[in-house]
Amino acid sequence: MNHPIECHALAKHYGELAALDGISAVVPRGQVIGLLGHNGAGKSTLIKLILGLIAPSGGRLQVLGQSPWRAHALRRRIGYLPESATFYGNLSGRELLDYLARLKQAPRAQVATLLERVGLAHAADRRVGTYSKGMRQRLGLAQALLGSPELVLLDEPTTGLDPQATRELYRIVGELRADGRCVLVSSHLLAELEPHIDGALILRQGKLLAAGSLHALGEQAALPAQVLLRPRELAMGELLARLEAGGVSARPRPDGRLELQVPRAGKLRMLRELLADPAIVDLDVREPTLAQLYDWLGAGPPSTAEVAA
Amino acid sequence: MNPILTVAAKEFRDDFRNRWTIALTILFALLALGIAWFGSAAAGRVGFTSFDATLASLTTLGAFVIPLIGLLIAYDSIVGERDDGTLLLMLSYPLARGQLVAGKFLGHCGALAAATLAGFGLAVTIMQWMQPPEQTMQAWLQIARFILSASLLGASFVGLACLISVQTADKSRAAGLALVGWLVSVVLFDLALLALLVVSGGNPLERAVYPYLLLFNPVDVFRLVNLTALGDGAGNDLLTGMTAHHVYPPALLYALLLGWAVAPFAWALLAFRRKEI
Repeated sequence: MNHPIECHALAKHYGELAALDGISAVVPRGQVIGLLGHNGAGKSTLIKLILGLIAPSGGRLQVLGQSPWRAHALRRRIGYLPESATFYGNLSGRELLDYLARLKQAPRAQVATLLERVGLAHAADRRVGTYSKGMRQRLGLAQALLGSPELVLLDEPTTGLDPQATRELYRIVGELRADGRCVLVSSHLLAELEPHIDGALILRQGKLLAAGSLHALGEQAALPAQVLLRPRELAMGELLARLEAGGVSARPRPDGRLELQVPRAGKLRMLRELLADPAIVDLDVREPTLAQLYDWLGAGPPSTAEVAA
Repeated sequence: MNPILTVAAKEFRDDFRNRWTIALTILFALLALGIAWFGSAAAGRVGFTSFDATLASLTTLGAFVIPLIGLLIAYDSIVGERDDGTLLLMLSYPLARGQLVAGKFLGHCGALAAATLAGFGLAVTIMQWMQPPEQTMQAWLQIARFILSASLLGASFVGLACLISVQTADKSRAAGLALVGWLVSVVLFDLALLALLVVSGGNPLERAVYPYLLLFNPVDVFRLVNLTALGDGAGNDLLTGMTAHHVYPPALLYALLLGWAVAPFAWALLAFRRKEI
């Protein structure tokens, strides 16, 4: 079966500028994929290409089995939440969704259900102009779900949301995944996004730096795990000496713990030894985070020299 | 429902909500009644006099006011959505770009036509009720023609506003351009023609060309449609002076007005299709 998004050597040029430069990737069904990259990395361009709002300059892009450029009917099967969504402030939440449901030829009964689902039923008849940023964002999510789309694109969906609303949003994203839909989430907030995504597409200056499941990306990067040790009282010096004798570099932290970078290969053996050590009273293992992976890939903003080039 | 009609219905409703439609209705009714009542004040009497004189004055006034309103009502229709960040959202829905512009054009034209019909209709009803003159079929036809041609003139400038809205980068620039468009078509175009007429000193060949130059401006076509139908003595402005010896086939004038109602909109449609979003 086709994947919801398949692209091969996809490119988009604006004159001399290559906004996207030869992207090849697939986004599978039933998964939540993070679209990551610094500002100007090409995320918005990719989203516009997927929506069929701009034409590719080269390569091939298939969305839900067809080329999206000017394929208006295809957009009935796609939901999109724009970054910092603004809506017609003079309409009420219900009127806005009614209007958009008509444009999408979605069942009108969905309007009330979706308002309930995003927690806006109480404000449904208030003017959108009076909504808080978080409420507008939730309304944006509701409109993205009109017509039960197979592919949902969320552009910075948690901007302006409080922690509880953020959890709510990711709960709904989880439901979409369980429902077999494909969700592409673009975000800067790596730590917040990490627990909720299955994989990532990481862009930098129009090029695809990495793509795949978080697990596979972690394996590929082979970043060391971080182990934090709390030594028994007055045993810090002794423990530090012993670790260094064993060829392990440890760094004392201000909170009285020791921090070790443990390579993936010997991790389990090392952990067994540490657990057996009587000088250690507590131990914490931290796997490399998405943010560390991101740094390792060099996905950060381009340097001034690169921009000038 | 067809997406064009969905967008048009929303724009039409928005114009009602924003009080545009009601304000225009009242404005048109007051203008019509004022002109009808005080139209003969210079001659030392007030009251509803002849329909012909009233319609002639209304035509002159309408030629100033209706283009301005058409531009004001629609200059931000696309650029406003871009400024507010809703354009990308709208285009992510299953409708073609042309359908979005067409819906907005139709919605605003509908609101303007409704206000024209309601405003002038109200005025005529009041005139009938206060002082029923001997009405002829001819007079009713003239009123109907005025309302129809005013609506088409409005559509022409709503289309021009859509074109400006598609081509400009922000709302303030669009507003500026709309005012320039109004000034050129309502004031400067006729001034330029007048200057040509004076400079050429009535060269017979050039005199033959002028009447056709008028057809390049929808405002002048609107005046011609209404004033030439009213007969002698109805209008005494530049237009009747310039066209005194020329007879336009009415069918040609209507076709031109219809063409002018559609042309700027068609251009806007094409321009928006090619625009990089």
